[in-house]
Amino acid sequence: MVPLSWYITLSALVFSIGVIGVLSRRNILIIFLSIELILNSVNISLCAFSHFLNSLRGQVFVFFIMAVAAAEAAIGLAIIIALYRNKETVITEEINIMKW
Amino acid sequence: MLLQAGFLYFATVIIFCALMVITRRNPVHSVLFMLPLFFHVAGIFVMLNAEFVAAVQVLVYAGAIMVLFLFVVMLLNVEREKIRERFQVKWFVTVPLGLTLAGFFVIILGRSSFTGTQGQYTIEAVKAMGNSQAVGQVLYTDFLFPFEIASIILLVAMVGAIVLAKKNLD
Repeated sequence: MVPLSWYITLSALVFSIGVIGVLSRRNILIIFLSIELILNSVNISLCAFSHFLNSLRGQVFVFFIMAVAAAEAAIGLAIIIALYRNKETVITEEINIMKW
Repeated sequence: MLLQAGFLYFATVIIFCALMVITRRNPVHSVLFMLPLFFHVAGIFVMLNAEFVAAVQVLVYAGAIMVLFLFVVMLLNVEREKIRERFQVKWFVTVPLGLTLAGFFVIILGRSSFTGTQGQYTIEAVKAMGNSQAVGQVLYTDFLFPFEIASIILLVAMVGAIVLAKKNLD
């Protein structure tokens, strides 16, 4: 029997790796992948709590998170394509048109 | 014992792949390292008796979202990115920030007891009717309205992606 704390620790580690990726990378695609990492880590912890509390609500929430993640990936990648068409770059530091 | 060894294998591969995703220079490699990560997260879900979620994870994440990412990476010019610096200038600020977050997690999780009210869906009860049926029953009774909202979100995403990625709207 694997204790609950192992799953939560794994989830926290993957979440932190995702946060470091969002904060430190320059390529906007990798930032997007890091956001997917964060969502997956939350899914792991939701499933773990759902399993250890004998409830199915966590799994239903994972289902909703996956639906929102699919929508977010479609919209975000469309934004990246539109951005690349206009600015010819995917580097976040060069996208400074809104910066005063 | 066997379960714990399995968990350690899945966790090691997940963390290794996550580190590879955020450190590779070539975005194609990052996307391809994401693929085994998703499969091993699905393995973790199977260990947690969430078979339906594991199947959806493989279908939606490893199947649909990764193909979308790969398409976009191939559309953009990756050759030019290879020679550039991959981390931000201020990475020596942001990386300790993330490590501080991990430290906070360790402190908070070490002090928590994780008790809660036990639900009615024990492993035996779920096994009696099947995982997909149990999840479906909860989804279509308690969460019917959020389910409808999720379908509207997907519709908005579909329309929005077409509008955003189209060349000219007239």
